[in-house]
Amino acid sequence: MSGPVRPVIGRDNAYFFEGTAKQELRIQSCNACGTLRHPPGPACLSCEAYDRGHVVARGEGTVYSFTVIHAPKLPGKELPLVVALLDLPEGVRMVAEVTDVPPEGENALKIGEGLVVDWNVIDEELTLPIWRRKP
Amino acid sequence: MTTLSNKAAIVGIGATEFSKDSGRSELQLSVEATRAALKDAGLTPGDVDGLTTFTMDSSSEIALARELGLGSLRFFSRINYGGGAACATIQQAAMAVATGVADVVVAYRGFNERSGQRFGQVQPWAAQQVNTNGIDNAWTYPLGLSTPAATVAMQARRYMHDYGVTSADFGAVAVADRRHAATNPAAFFYQKPITLEDHQASRMIADPLHLLDCCQESDGAVAIVVTNPERARDLPNPPVHIAAAAQGSAPDQYVMTSYYRDEIGIPEMGVVAKDLWRQSGLTPADIDTAVLYDHFTPYVLMQLEELGFCGRGEAKDFVRDGAIELGGRLPVNTHGGQLGEAYLHGMNGIAEGVRQVRGTSVNQVPGAAHVLVTAGTGVPTSGLVLKR
Repeated sequence: MSGPVRPVIGRDNAYFFEGTAKQELRIQSCNACGTLRHPPGPACLSCEAYDRGHVVARGEGTVYSFTVIHAPKLPGKELPLVVALLDLPEGVRMVAEVTDVPPEGENALKIGEGLVVDWNVIDEELTLPIWRRKP
Repeated sequence: MTTLSNKAAIVGIGATEFSKDSGRSELQLSVEATRAALKDAGLTPGDVDGLTTFTMDSSSEIALARELGLGSLRFFSRINYGGGAACATIQQAAMAVATGVADVVVAYRGFNERSGQRFGQVQPWAAQQVNTNGIDNAWTYPLGLSTPAATVAMQARRYMHDYGVTSADFGAVAVADRRHAATNPAAFFYQKPITLEDHQASRMIADPLHLLDCCQESDGAVAIVVTNPERARDLPNPPVHIAAAAQGSAPDQYVMTSYYRDEIGIPEMGVVAKDLWRQSGLTPADIDTAVLYDHFTPYVLMQLEELGFCGRGEAKDFVRDGAIELGGRLPVNTHGGQLGEAYLHGMNGIAEGVRQVRGTSVNQVPGAAHVLVTAGTGVPTSGLVLKR
């Protein structure tokens, strides 16, 4: 199969990919106490409830760290590829593919920069978030 | 307090050659290494009643037992999490012999990790596992973060940012390893030392990691024989006692992507360290030489801090001026490490720890009495303190 490695989707993460299909960046929330969490899980770490919902994130994030991948080849990606860790204003951290930034030089990505989410529609079944600089 | 300390000893080590293409099956490699280890121990296959290995190993305990013509097995086990299992297999063996569950246990690891499935490449199966590891990888692999180097690079960049560490500081580890490998005939990079300039000029793999920050995949096998101290006394080699053997996983632990902690370091090695010092009653100042798991150079610096050899952010200063090379304050990876000898998931490092205590390393640290060995970092991990 061409394209990127596809995610395993199960009961504990389906809401996220159902969200990306609608171009919503979802964060798991606890219906009992409201605690947000990413990556998600079946049990709330604050109140132990098994009652999960989600909120839709604002779609902004601040670069906590990043790497520029030059090798080896990656399925469904062009190299060099920039991947970052983003701190979202909602208080969670997320791995993020970043597009439209140069791999090196003055204009390369920097820790502390702000990014916004966009959408990478792979096919009818899979849409992934992809992040870029604020316009 | 009950402790595992000094209740087991390593009495034999064995290995195949390390290469890029072994030309034989992974099972055969493990058979060869185990036979060599038993011969070194002065034991025969008939003495073995326990086997332990990595969950990732492709050769089952019973397959190895068949090929060696072993009798009954009373103990067999496996440890998860890639290279993090290395020292934990010795802990398994030590616990088995200390409790009388088994008398002689062999820990083994054999793979064609260069000519077969290369760990440095993307392994789509890892993201397609229908289990929690597969679900965890759903947050990274589809986005292109899917190789060990790239996952480490993410931590390395932040570590540099937080503590003013440079790529040249990482390079000090590569230079030390390759210096040691250069005088080790068993090493893949025998007689091939590098300079810091070589390190800096090597191509970028996952910025900030250069090629020479990364170990290279290898084919080969290593086996280690463990028995109780009483039996060890009657065998030909001086026993290498297990002063401590510990595993560690920290809160919010993932495999290579523990990115959701406030600080994305390797606290799991701190968990290991705390127990190693508790069990052994030793401190970092007592350690004469260390084998620190070095699949990627930044983790060696982070380990020095977690293990207590220096404070947080101070490893860049600790490794300067040859301090981790032979003759330095703490010679590290005297066999050449996984950057220089071979990447055998840390099992070759345990063998080097044994040689240092025996006094038979090609790069012997004079009078080495206490040797620290660690297992894979970035994953749930393990460690050992070995002594005479």
